[in-house]
Amino acid sequence: MIRPFGWNEFLIIVMAAQWTIALSAIAFAGGGIGGLLVALARVSDIRPLRILAVGFIRVFQGTPLLMQLFLVFFGMNIFGLAINPWVAASIALTLHASAFLGEIWRGCVEAVPPGQREAATALGLKYVNRMRYIILPQATRIAVAPTVGFLVQLIKGTSLAAIIGFTELTRQGQIINNATFSPFMVFGTVAAIYFVLCWPLSLLARRMEVRFSRSTQR
Amino acid sequence: MYAFNFAPVFASFDQLLVGAWLTVHLSCAAMLLGLIVSIVCAWGKTAGPFPIRFVINAYIEIIRNTPFLIQIFFIFFGLPSLGLRFSPNSAALLALVINFGAYGTEIIRAGIESIQKGQIEAGTALGLSKLQIFRYVIMKPALRTVYPALTSQFIYLMLTSSVVSAISADDLAAAGNDLQSATFASFEVYIVITLMYLALSIGFSAIFAAVEKMAFKYPLSR
Repeated sequence: MIRPFGWNEFLIIVMAAQWTIALSAIAFAGGGIGGLLVALARVSDIRPLRILAVGFIRVFQGTPLLMQLFLVFFGMNIFGLAINPWVAASIALTLHASAFLGEIWRGCVEAVPPGQREAATALGLKYVNRMRYIILPQATRIAVAPTVGFLVQLIKGTSLAAIIGFTELTRQGQIINNATFSPFMVFGTVAAIYFVLCWPLSLLARRMEVRFSRSTQR
Repeated sequence: MYAFNFAPVFASFDQLLVGAWLTVHLSCAAMLLGLIVSIVCAWGKTAGPFPIRFVINAYIEIIRNTPFLIQIFFIFFGLPSLGLRFSPNSAALLALVINFGAYGTEIIRAGIESIQKGQIEAGTALGLSKLQIFRYVIMKPALRTVYPALTSQFIYLMLTSSVVSAISADDLAAAGNDLQSATFASFEVYIVITLMYLALSIGFSAIFAAVEKMAFKYPLSR
């Protein structure tokens, strides 16, 4: 018995967007903390820390997100944990976001003029205060636009969690498609919902970028 | 404690090498075709009339704000209801070309816009035709400017291409899926596949750096 694609099916797909948003939020929050640690390690004065951060970034930027998801998903089994798509997707996307945000924020920290750091050191500020009050506030201003840009990439990335069986927007679309056999409507709807989530963020990122480059042009 | 067992993975390593070759093949084909799409669209976006610019902008925004997985599902499962039926491999190639085209257009447009007006006027003064100006005065230096961005986009394309295994097109990830269901050594299979992708992206980065040194030897400006 094939169900037609009607208003109810449409609503089921729209409701699934909450899990896409939840997963994106978890990964973005986790990636924010991880990314800060990676960025700080990447610009640290301690060589082994720097090498470790570079290696972490290279591995996660040089391998497909899909494989990262598979490795965490199957790896959890090895460490004796029950296989749970929620946890696996959250961990994999958090690590992924940590690497990308770490690399983006490293660039932002390095974009702060070196005189600022020297002046702070000359004033007797130690590492923590120097970072907290002098470097990071200035780096944050530079970082906002590319960070929002990455958030769009992360939301799109959560769609791959469907492949390991996490029921979010894409997976729900597949399920509804299996019941209704109207792939054109189903995947068109799913694509439209992703577009509604991502496009405003893309526009925001672009506008902030333009405003920032204007404010620093003089 | 879990006992790692890599023996069945390496016993079928040739299968994975074939998969890696298919991934290289697919990515390179997608990039070459995608570059053509990008150049045509970038030209249309910078020099075309309003309706063309509008269509190209819509194309770029739609592709860049939806996941690749949905794009490939739409092409492979959705388009047949319009009478457009593709094999998994052609659907994979088409999706990658369309996807790369959207990102490539923006990259190349940025390159074109970096060319100063005076250069184009100088080309006109020398009596070059419109096509010659586009080819020699605009495209060549523009491609040089955006070469680093294009190469990192290619690496990203290659990593993204692993998603085509979701519609059972042939590539490295699909070879991994096959081997996984034959050996049940899931973690071992995927760690080897992941390392192979890492090797591919490091290898391509090195090749691109070497090409940059050879192709762009001539001095930028005096």
